[in-house]
Amino acid sequence: MRDLFALRRKIPPGTRRILTLLSAWLLLALLGPMLAPHPPGEIISGEVFGPVSAHAWLGTDYLGRDLCSRLLWGIRYTVAICMMSTALSCCAGIFLGIATTVTPVWVERVLGRLMDGLLSIPSLLFALLVVATAGESAPALILTMAIIYMPGSYRTSRALALRIVRMDYITAARARGETRSFIILWEILPNMTDPLLSDIGLRFIYAVLLLSNLSFLGLGVQPPMVDLGSLVRENILGMAYGAPAVVVPTLVIALLTVGINLTLDRGRV
Amino acid sequence: MSAPLISVRGLCVTGSGRHAQPVPIVRDVSFDVRQGEVLALIGESGSGKTTIALTLMGYARPGCRISAGEILVAGYRVDRMTIQELRAFRGKTVSYVAQNAGTAFNPALTVMAQVLEPALAHWVMPRREAERKAVELFRAMALPDPERIGARYPHELSGGQLQRLMAAMALMTDPEIVIFDEPTTALDVTTQVDVLQAFRSVIADRGITGVYVTHDLAVVAQIADRAVVLRHGTVQEAGSAEQILLAPREPYSRELVAASRIAPRAAAEMPDQDAAPVLTVSDLVVGYGPKDEEGLPARRILNRVSLTVPAGGTLGIIGESGCGKSTMARAISGLQSRAAGSLTFRGEALAGDVARRTAEQRRRLQLVSQNADLVLNPAWTIGAILDRVLVFFHGMDAVSARAETLRLLELVKLPPSVAERRPGALSGGQKQRVNLARALAARPDLILCDEITAALDPVVAAAILDTLAELQKALGLSCIFITHDLHALRAVCDRVAVLLGGHVVEECDAASLLEGVHHPYTRLLSGSVPEMRVGWLDDVMAERVMALPETGNGIGRQAGRDGCPFVPRCGVFNGDLCVNGPVPVRVEPAGHRHIACTHTPEALGRLMPDFQNDMEQTGGMI
Repeated sequence: MRDLFALRRKIPPGTRRILTLLSAWLLLALLGPMLAPHPPGEIISGEVFGPVSAHAWLGTDYLGRDLCSRLLWGIRYTVAICMMSTALSCCAGIFLGIATTVTPVWVERVLGRLMDGLLSIPSLLFALLVVATAGESAPALILTMAIIYMPGSYRTSRALALRIVRMDYITAARARGETRSFIILWEILPNMTDPLLSDIGLRFIYAVLLLSNLSFLGLGVQPPMVDLGSLVRENILGMAYGAPAVVVPTLVIALLTVGINLTLDRGRV
Repeated sequence: MSAPLISVRGLCVTGSGRHAQPVPIVRDVSFDVRQGEVLALIGESGSGKTTIALTLMGYARPGCRISAGEILVAGYRVDRMTIQELRAFRGKTVSYVAQNAGTAFNPALTVMAQVLEPALAHWVMPRREAERKAVELFRAMALPDPERIGARYPHELSGGQLQRLMAAMALMTDPEIVIFDEPTTALDVTTQVDVLQAFRSVIADRGITGVYVTHDLAVVAQIADRAVVLRHGTVQEAGSAEQILLAPREPYSRELVAASRIAPRAAAEMPDQDAAPVLTVSDLVVGYGPKDEEGLPARRILNRVSLTVPAGGTLGIIGESGCGKSTMARAISGLQSRAAGSLTFRGEALAGDVARRTAEQRRRLQLVSQNADLVLNPAWTIGAILDRVLVFFHGMDAVSARAETLRLLELVKLPPSVAERRPGALSGGQKQRVNLARALAARPDLILCDEITAALDPVVAAAILDTLAELQKALGLSCIFITHDLHALRAVCDRVAVLLGGHVVEECDAASLLEGVHHPYTRLLSGSVPEMRVGWLDDVMAERVMALPETGNGIGRQAGRDGCPFVPRCGVFNGDLCVNGPVPVRVEPAGHRHIACTHTPEALGRLMPDFQNDMEQTGGMI
């Protein structure tokens, strides 16, 4: 436990805040459904778009199901899918981004153009295309979003690594005869963790927005699974009544993205 | 006697930490400068010398403020002036010459436009007249082609020229006081002499009162009348320049003076000349650009360089910036590929690329590079950095590696607690020691030291050189010592190679560097190292016959690729052979000298008759 505190003190405060926030959301995604008062598919009330009550804490949805329970499940899917795709895209992007600074020039020429190509395709369009052809499963969504956000991560980490690779300690490691992967993972990566964490946080936000967009269009997470975007879509009729069923999921999306964004901004100042 | 022109009383400058208490940077400093005098502010980095100089212009760096004291400059109470008053005062009454002229000029404007700026900004004179005045100042500064140099851009001029242009800019408004902030520190010694001379003559001609910030005591001896020794923002000693240099009273001043007089290595330690050399470099060519008819790069950084490093001895490589010293280090350590030539290390051929060398070869040849700030990974602890080398080369387990690491730290005279710290928490000297320890961790046969003391204060540098010499003796290491500093070179080296424009112009014993016959460039180089002696500069200027740095010798020819790179500056130019080459290498038996010159050693001896006597008189001073 003491070690953990010692570690905590070593991390700069900006990074610490963003890590705390991300792990809080992850915890909610893991534990949330266990706290749900009702099963997500159970119709608990005859009243649709019901108001907040003791029985249904956040009201009921368009079928009279408990919104609070559905929301907790929705957060699990949104956070899990986005975190996995972000993890995938950033791992690949960061590794390739650093690697191209220590490999022969032609590798970056080829890979760089490939990434440019991917970057030039509008992300929503690309996602629609893939989902339309490959079907709407969670793994397909994760993989698609990972591919969409990899080039950005690749660019950022390459720019950061280019500055570091010129340092004499990298030269010293090369003169010692260290392998490329050692140089990438142990010499370069530890010196860029802070800016990279901000980048990862940003990509997570993009992923949340893209997934919500896709689900809102009906191409994302499919019933009986539910995520924040599809919650908004299925309850869109409640808009006319100002029902909590449409307002609350929208607010949660905003809370998730804006919250992380603000934390990142504070970390940067 | 008249009242002093500058009078500082009880000056304090404090810096405000973001969370912490205000940190005093300068504490209770008082001094006076009379009209026409030059005061030197001497100290190591962090002693507050630049901070004090800047307060004379009413300026404190961001985060700092002048918290107490009285600053009276030319009748103005600078510490009480408003921003508007200061704007009229700076650049007109007091002007400033900064350390690095290379970065102080705007690359997008011609130098004339920038030199005129202070005169036009202060409405001192019309543009036409200002231009005339600028040309006159260029001439006073001994700049080449004073009529036309103003139309050029900063990148077209050398560092020494820019430094003089910057001084011209400072003098445009005829200020009463000029602050020189380490103006020659970034220059080569051969250039420094000219710049110092130019500064000194304008100071004398125009009756300027100067404040000269420097850490180099030899420069103080040439230019200053009085000196103030600073440490940690307090005055240690104040007095006349001569008294401080020759008879310092305070312990710290004595330490500073002692560090500037590094004793040359005793000649008795010379290794056996006949023993097999540990490293032989032959006909090394490194270059870039398109290939020429020989299949070698047309633009060469190193051109057919041959050197040998005696086993157990130290070869010094000396030369000015841009002569190819660092490229040599990189080529030998395999970080820079070579176009031609061969390296033989302990009887084995060395591949040009480090990736194709064996682990054993990499272990036995270690590079210690110049900038200790960049060479230690800031994310690692010192212990981890040293452990890694031990694990990598000797396959040690974590426990024995750590024990060995602590032993290495002791060897380079660092406390064991350093092992847990990161490079950011160490001083420059400590980092350089860790850098040295890392090379030693590999248990090498040969270490390549590339300017290892260039970024350090003299006292710290002297201590590092001591440690290096001790370790070399204890461990039987061979060493290549690359430097631009003749003092450092003489302190540690047995043999010396003088590098100029990618050619080795001379190779000789370090002990005999200041006596006998030498290449004209070697002579210029050794004659340009400032001595801590008042009047040295006059002597140097008086005998400038063999070599005429910068201003040139009027031949106006550049050497061809195989010609002598010293042609444009040579005082004993010998015709077309010098330009076209190949320049013969002649052996002078005394001191095992190899001199690449078209003159025979006897002829050189005749052309440079004063050398012997001159150096006997002053040799002890260096």
